[in-house]
Amino acid sequence: MTTESGTDSEAKQHQQQQEESTGAPKENPKAAEAASPQNHPEQLPAAVGHSTPARKEQETQEDDQDSRQSSTSRLSRSPLKGVKKVKIMQCKVTLPDGSDYTLNVEKRIKGQVLFDKVCDHLNLLEKDYFGMTYRDLEKQKNWLDPTKDLKKQIRTGPWNFAFNVKFYPPDPSQLTEDITRYYLCLQLRDDVVSGRLPCSFATHTVLGSYTVQSELGDYDPEELGSDYVSELRFAPNQTKELEEKVMELHKTYKGMTPAEAEMHFLENAKKLSMYGVDLHHAKDSEGVEIMLGVCASGLLIYRDRLRINRFAWPKILKISYKRNNFYIKIRPGEFEQFESTIGFKLPNHRAAKRLWKVCVEHHTFFRLVSPEAPPKKFLTLGSKFRYSGRTQAQTRRASSQIMRPAPFFERSASKRYNMSRSLDGAPITENHESLMKDSDGDTNARGDIITTVTAEKKAEEEKAEQEDACAETTEPAAGSVMPLRQEPKDTEPPTEMVKHHTNISELKRSFLETDAGVPGLTEWERRLSSSPAHSARADEPPMIEPLDLRDDDSEEPTGDERKAEPKVIEAAGYLLNCTADSTVADGAPPSGPLEISPSATTDDDVFVAEEKTPSSQDDLSEKSVAKLVREEVTQAIIDKRGMLIILKEAEAETENLMSKMEDATQVKGSPKKAMASWVSEVARAEESEVFRVPTKETAKTFEETAKTFELSKLDVAQIALPGTAPLAVSTLGWVSSSVTSEKASTEKEQKILVATETIAAPQDCTGTEGGMVCPKETPVVHTETKTITYEAAVGDMNGDTDPGVLLSAQTITSETTSTTTTTHITKTVKGGISETRIEKRIVITGDSDIDHDEALAQAIKEAKEQHPDMSVTKVVVHKETEITAEEGED
Amino acid sequence: MLTDFPGCSAGSIVSPCYLSACQGENMAGLMAAFGCYTHAIVRGVPTSLAKEALRTGQAEVDSSKAQREHDAYVHVLRSTLGLEIVELPADETLPDCVFVEDAAVVCGDTALITRPGAESRRRETEAVKGALKELNLNIVEMADENATLDGGDVLFTGREFFVGLSKRTNQRGAEILADAFKDYAVSTVPVLEGLHLKSFCSMGGPGLIVIGSSEPAQKALKIMQQMSDHRYDKLTVPDDLAANCIYMNLPNKGQVLLHCPREEYPESAKVFEKLKDHMLVPVSNSEKVKVDGALTCCSVLINKKANN
Repeated sequence: MTTESGTDSEAKQHQQQQEESTGAPKENPKAAEAASPQNHPEQLPAAVGHSTPARKEQETQEDDQDSRQSSTSRLSRSPLKGVKKVKIMQCKVTLPDGSDYTLNVEKRIKGQVLFDKVCDHLNLLEKDYFGMTYRDLEKQKNWLDPTKDLKKQIRTGPWNFAFNVKFYPPDPSQLTEDITRYYLCLQLRDDVVSGRLPCSFATHTVLGSYTVQSELGDYDPEELGSDYVSELRFAPNQTKELEEKVMELHKTYKGMTPAEAEMHFLENAKKLSMYGVDLHHAKDSEGVEIMLGVCASGLLIYRDRLRINRFAWPKILKISYKRNNFYIKIRPGEFEQFESTIGFKLPNHRAAKRLWKVCVEHHTFFRLVSPEAPPKKFLTLGSKFRYSGRTQAQTRRASSQIMRPAPFFERSASKRYNMSRSLDGAPITENHESLMKDSDGDTNARGDIITTVTAEKKAEEEKAEQEDACAETTEPAAGSVMPLRQEPKDTEPPTEMVKHHTNISELKRSFLETDAGVPGLTEWERRLSSSPAHSARADEPPMIEPLDLRDDDSEEPTGDERKAEPKVIEAAGYLLNCTADSTVADGAPPSGPLEISPSATTDDDVFVAEEKTPSSQDDLSEKSVAKLVREEVTQAIIDKRGMLIILKEAEAETENLMSKMEDATQVKGSPKKAMASWVSEVARAEESEVFRVPTKETAKTFEETAKTFELSKLDVAQIALPGTAPLAVSTLGWVSSSVTSEKASTEKEQKILVATETIAAPQDCTGTEGGMVCPKETPVVHTETKTITYEAAVGDMNGDTDPGVLLSAQTITSETTSTTTTTHITKTVKGGISETRIEKRIVITGDSDIDHDEALAQAIKEAKEQHPDMSVTKVVVHKETEITAEEGED
Repeated sequence: MLTDFPGCSAGSIVSPCYLSACQGENMAGLMAAFGCYTHAIVRGVPTSLAKEALRTGQAEVDSSKAQREHDAYVHVLRSTLGLEIVELPADETLPDCVFVEDAAVVCGDTALITRPGAESRRRETEAVKGALKELNLNIVEMADENATLDGGDVLFTGREFFVGLSKRTNQRGAEILADAFKDYAVSTVPVLEGLHLKSFCSMGGPGLIVIGSSEPAQKALKIMQQMSDHRYDKLTVPDDLAANCIYMNLPNKGQVLLHCPREEYPESAKVFEKLKDHMLVPVSNSEKVKVDGALTCCSVLINKKANN
């Protein structure tokens, strides 16, 4: 058990100071007291918001000499420290061997910092397979996001973490270092003992025997005695018989080194069917309890222990979640023309999001060559969350560079095995059954709430949604003109841009592939055929029926898939698109329904913006110019943790398709660099420290990956709204790095939901591409401008070379009650010619009362008038309507 | 009309022989080589079979011919292949008792005693269970009265199980099987036509699935492929019933395939005959097939070496 002493502990007292500021008011006196340098952490009030409860501290101190030392050193040093200091939090990290590692970190650090510290402590270089977990209020295990502040993730409770394997390498022999395999072994042993990794008696003996060999070395009756294995745990229900068999096998391993034994262990473990499968409880469309398992190869669907379906990553076009629903869109099968979307119900919103994230991460890690850049444009919809670490391919490359001599490390005698809890702090009984029970419990607990709330919930929800949407659009109106914000990072290096482009091209290519079979249809059209609303057929009872419709994949694997691999890998860019993302405040009442109901006081999040199959789709789609992107605003007002989640989804699929078509037919100069990047947008609520409003507040952040963090540090990208009042806006910073590299193009992006599948995008293309002129003016009530200037060689994406130097990019947003127009202007110099390219993205929000066609026409017209000297080269329309009836039920 | 996977035409089947010899010992749990057997449980043909055995067709069964065929089958297992045979006596009150496969699923050192879907066959398990106990296997019984499972619906590929959900086997039965063999993925496959899953498919080697060419068979195969993390080759034979063969990997014999003879399924037999790496043993089964008995149905194969 180790502790980082001195350096970290010194600042410990500042933690208390911070508590003072962040703690709930009633705790202030205590916190203030605690802030005095005299105070030991033990005296911290247990309830203090973000701090490690005293109990925790005591524990640590009792069993950790170092900790004690640190507190004393803190005492002596504290006077030296200035008045205002970084706040320090004590973290307890459960290590793979079951021991706890206590360290102090600055409160504001990102997850990555903590993770790195732990890896350093473990002397682990091949870090990418690992991650840190913490338990949320519901006791659910969450992966610590390395890119986000710790404090934003651990909102309450002690800062306890566990160091776990996140991505189980399918072939552990390819790991470079023995020490990495050792930690993987430790994780797997815990998985086995806890029941998460079920195996047969025979396998328990085999794995157990290698464990013994690795930990104790050769069988030696004199030294070891006859009962030496009983102190080790090999199985959830360990029997004498098992121990005897283990010993029997152990005897045969004489001379085997620990590293060899671990290799054997892993070679066996990796073949277990549940190896590396991350299970999530869910229900299928019929309410049948199932489990979704995320693994290296894709998504597995279980009913009890039976695998009832499997979707390999190449088979999945898109994953998304909304509220407590999780959706996967499936590539159409051999005999199927259209994609199908399959929906699953998760116990709650957080679970859905958790699952979604795990999918994004697994897909990226195992399937992509390099991580997908998070959506950069601030108007992309959905979550910005992307896996930001290295992929397996990258980590393998990186670890092949590891030059250090094999580090010496001690194989501790499994402290964990005598402990009654498992590695990640979960009760050791955690296995399928107990998980099931847990979830049942949850459901029941929630059920109660549902019964009280149900009656009005839905209607309320709908209404609130609308209100929220209204609030969103009107808020700027009242707030008069928002301060234009100069992007503080004007000098943002161009790398992101380049990446971004790469991404777009990937997207396109992928769409080429995808759509090749069914030309002329857009994603949106296809989606119709099976959007969750009426995709019952897709998730028919055994969930098996769709299988034969999608069996093209089964063909692929045998021959084609391998060859196609590189392509497919790239293709994945398009894959992960989320409907929504939000950070749910932990302080939310643990009640499912409340979580999703958008009443401004208690819930954290509302998710909408799903593809909704409109009942009236036909008529609308015929014209298919109208666009309706639903925006959802949620205000989470939880004491001191306000969140506003704006969720919009507008997808770029149509555009992709269109741009591809253009690519095919036109030569340069066409607006081919379409807007694939408008894939998703997330506006995530962030905790606002500066603009905090005592009871209610809404903080809104449009994060932009790297920039985001800077922004949030500056407390820039936040809006604080007093209560739900939609009108008062204090600050808003938007960042955008959206880029288009060529030509002027105007883009309207919308979701199209077309019932008549054939109408679709092509038509729109031709219809609109000639340039649309529409009359009318929409009152621009509010405008925001965001300018980014940089010079960058913008990589081309279509291989049609032509980087061009990006001179500036500007984004302007204007909103009226029903439309939000975002104008993105990029100026590039290419071959001596300067180009200005304007992309306009108009989001028209409203219910069916609004004539979307009309609204769009207006918007286009307006665009036209604003830039009379430019020609419209492209219009893309997505329309999304919703079926309210399908929505929001639990 | 063979439809094989690209690169896997009937003539040039390359079955990946990654497990060419029996391994035992340490690898007991997971790694037992596929197709390695030392023992076989068989059971006599009751005379009642001809008249009373359950069947989906109407063909007349020649009782004595059925007997002769069965004797030949057992002879192949015992003499040609050198397996140790545990021969259970026929029970006249159990007309289907010769089809021992349905009574138990054995994998590694564990034997799951099934609960056959047909009520009239439930008692068949008793004798089989006794024999398996004698062989020192870990016996798991299917106590749940809602569960049904016929061994004929269980396809073990060496890496995972596929369980056909058929007239005879239900979800619960499959669940219990999954519980009994925790190391392996157990996927369910609807059996739309035919009696059992293995009425139209079986393993022809490690990673090689022999499959009938009927539409339901092909569909089932697609499902299996989709459900699997592993890659399989397939060998498509024109006749569904001919797709039921027995693969073994035996010391001194190498890869052995018991399959239908030319007389019964000429076209399918031709396909088998193109297999170059297998020792091919045609085995007649013209009578038992009339009561839906295929080659695999008539034995429970066990690898005792792996269970040391």
